[in-house]
Amino acid sequence: MSADLSLTRRKPPREASPLAWAAATVAAIALWFVVYAQLAPFSQWLVARLPVEPGSHLAEAVAFFIYDTPKVLMLLTLVVFAMGVVRSFFSAERTRALLAGKREGLGNVAAAGLGIVTPFCSCSAVPLFVGFVSAGVPLGVTFSFLIAAPMVNEVALGLLFALVGWKVALTYLAFGLSIAIVAGWIIGRLHLEGWLEDWVRNVRASPVELPPNGMTLVDRIRAGLDAVRDIVGKVWMWIIAGIAAGAFIHGYVPADLLGSIMGRDAWWSVPAAVLLGIPMYSNAAGIIPVVEALLAKGAALGTVLAFMMAVIALSLPEMIILRKVLSLKLIAVFVGVVGTGILAVGFLFNALFS
Amino acid sequence: MKDVKVLGPGCSRCEATAQMVRDEAAKLGLDVSVEKVTDYAVIAGYGIASTPGIVIDGKVVHAGGLPKPDDVARWLSA
Repeated sequence: MSADLSLTRRKPPREASPLAWAAATVAAIALWFVVYAQLAPFSQWLVARLPVEPGSHLAEAVAFFIYDTPKVLMLLTLVVFAMGVVRSFFSAERTRALLAGKREGLGNVAAAGLGIVTPFCSCSAVPLFVGFVSAGVPLGVTFSFLIAAPMVNEVALGLLFALVGWKVALTYLAFGLSIAIVAGWIIGRLHLEGWLEDWVRNVRASPVELPPNGMTLVDRIRAGLDAVRDIVGKVWMWIIAGIAAGAFIHGYVPADLLGSIMGRDAWWSVPAAVLLGIPMYSNAAGIIPVVEALLAKGAALGTVLAFMMAVIALSLPEMIILRKVLSLKLIAVFVGVVGTGILAVGFLFNALFS
Repeated sequence: MKDVKVLGPGCSRCEATAQMVRDEAAKLGLDVSVEKVTDYAVIAGYGIASTPGIVIDGKVVHAGGLPKPDDVARWLSA
């Protein structure tokens, strides 16, 4: 059987040695940095040749767009590639096995951390949730995972780091993790297992033994490339829309107007930003260029971060998906706890950073 | 005849996985029945936490993400 099978198999892809793959990857990353370093001078050169009046609103907006589009797309590609490679070391099943039977407290911390690196697509949220709970992962620990996964988004983190600075990126990471840990812990303390849909409690998952996948270095590099094709291929339109919005804000929205609406003195701007963020369904990649432009125009960091976290972590579509497993009461608790955490981050940041 | 179940709520990846199983089976000239399972309780009952999943003759061979066509061919002919 195996003899004729090898004939019918598709022809194997070019057999390059692992060394060649590694060398090509290093070369590609080096090329990335060379091109990236040329983006600013190139965009200035290009804008100077456009028939727009220098210093005008239009010139400001166009310059932002021309510089930011390749910059954000390049950064995104690099971040997503790196994350694809990292994620090839994790799987949802292994994560679940790590978390099953973990006690609350330490379990919440581990779940939040694993939430960042474990790959799963949003349509997997329900199987994942059921799979975790039915395998004996405590409800609160499961929530820490489910909150951290969208909230501390690796794309958002990478772009924040590159566009807005490491301080903001690091604080975003720290507070995103804190919200996931504390919110999960609180939900666990409330003992809301009875608020799950009935069928969820009755599922008993059998432990599954997946065959070891034995990934090689080449497989992991391929996983990174697949992630780039998959994610960048899906979100590039969002990004360009986000950059266009950012360019408009950058060129046309007066700084003092924005300062009065989203500045630190307007205390109500934080809750307003959260309420505004919930029904908006964008993904992290589309929101960051807007964040960048808002900050540059004098919006307060806490207000902008609260808006971003609300858009990413409290999305209406995700709640509708989760309704299949959670009662409305439990979803309300989820939104309440996470929303309170985001508000706290907003106020705290406005107080800390001025 | 092999009994193949593709587990997943019906997102595009799950569709693509089911199609891949059919394609590879056709290439190998194997007689398989491909069934899509969308019931969350059944999916969880197989013990997987990430979809799409593939179950061949009652045994889970894959969970999470698009499988590679070569691997699908290997599982089908095992």
